[in-house]
Amino acid sequence: MAWKIFLFILLAFVCVAGIAFPIVPVPTRWYEFPFIPGLKENAKIIFFHVPTAWLSVIAFLMSTIYSFKYLRKKNLDDDAKSYAAAQLGIIFCVLATITGAVWAKFAWGSYWSWDPRQTSIFALLLIYGAWFALRSSIESEEKRASLSSVYSIIAFLTVPFFVFIMPRIMKGLHPGSADDTNSGPVIDFKMNGNMELIFFLSLIGFTILYFWMWNIGYKSIIYRDKINKQTRG
Amino acid sequence: MNTKAYALYQKDFHSEMRTRYAVNSLAMFVIVAISVILFSIGNETITQSLTAGLFWVVIFFSAMSGLSRAFVSEEERGTTLALQLIAAPSTIFSGKLLFNVILVFCMNIVITILYSALFDSFAVKNFALFAVSFFFGNAGLAIASTIIAAIISKAGAKGTLYPVLSFPILLPLILTSVQLTLMSFEGSTFLDAKFELAIIICYDVIMLTASYMLFDFVWKD
Repeated sequence: MAWKIFLFILLAFVCVAGIAFPIVPVPTRWYEFPFIPGLKENAKIIFFHVPTAWLSVIAFLMSTIYSFKYLRKKNLDDDAKSYAAAQLGIIFCVLATITGAVWAKFAWGSYWSWDPRQTSIFALLLIYGAWFALRSSIESEEKRASLSSVYSIIAFLTVPFFVFIMPRIMKGLHPGSADDTNSGPVIDFKMNGNMELIFFLSLIGFTILYFWMWNIGYKSIIYRDKINKQTRG
Repeated sequence: MNTKAYALYQKDFHSEMRTRYAVNSLAMFVIVAISVILFSIGNETITQSLTAGLFWVVIFFSAMSGLSRAFVSEEERGTTLALQLIAAPSTIFSGKLLFNVILVFCMNIVITILYSALFDSFAVKNFALFAVSFFFGNAGLAIASTIIAAIISKAGAKGTLYPVLSFPILLPLILTSVQLTLMSFEGSTFLDAKFELAIIICYDVIMLTASYMLFDFVWKD
């Protein structure tokens, strides 16, 4: 219980800090962020956009890990865990796409310009959509679990290409592409100390939130299936 | 194992040659798709990058139209159980993959010939680069399409689900192949294209390995 309260305080702080802390040319107090050239006020979306994108990849990774486990042991609980992870993953993927498009409007002038990283988050959205479409077309539980596990593993093999390789070697607008002089503000750690702190707190807070939601999600799926089986047979 | 896989391929080939349903409908699909593109373009001249993209659009949709037959026809005719009894899963996958690879190569050679005849902007300057990217791109297309065909043959809604499932898997291949085709139009050297060639070859190897390892789980009930 205590950690839930701690998580609430952490995320509340991150949201308030992310939205309300002012951006000034020369920060003098602890709660002020400096200008990033070219970004001005809209830099604050980094606290929400990067964690959602990060989580959609983590969710897909977890879905694939539990797909592996299902294929080895054929335990339907692993399939429920995989499904709960994918549910959260698609939500975060939609959020990442929307926050990215909003940021693109302010920073680059249009909502969608088929920049390599925008293309790859769209591809991830298509993978999630295809996975759910496959699941809904199969009646038998075991068949559904094994086929969607196989598809999840195959699709996951393309994810490193989309998320890590393609946006860095192709020319694009997003920070860290072949046009940029560095690998982006996150890896090269060019962010000011205050911003870095809030950024990593945001990342940690959202990750803990994800694991909590996933925990509740897969347990409710398992209980629901158990109850359905009992009322039927 | 090789002779069994080859025998499976021969069975598919002969049953195809008897009725020729698939080959005829695939050929008509290719002609219709290219005609639609030609009518939409009209008298405009299109850039080379657009031509490269449209080339792979037609290849992708023709593959979606023709490659699922390998497994879906077995399900429809009720011969899946017999197939499960006579051979190991990897042998069956090899046989179906061989059939699909040959089908993809024949189909794409036809598409390439039609494109070079009908589109002025389809002018290949570095033919060696085009041939190499053609070979590896088609191999990857066949491999990924075959494993997805195996997955959807066991699902419902087979026709509409096939492009939906295949497109995200094929997207790295299509993006890179369009780049390579464009580079072969522009006459780039192999050295310029080394990243894209590396990506395609890695994609082929990864998909081939993953398909063989995962086919057992798809095939067995």
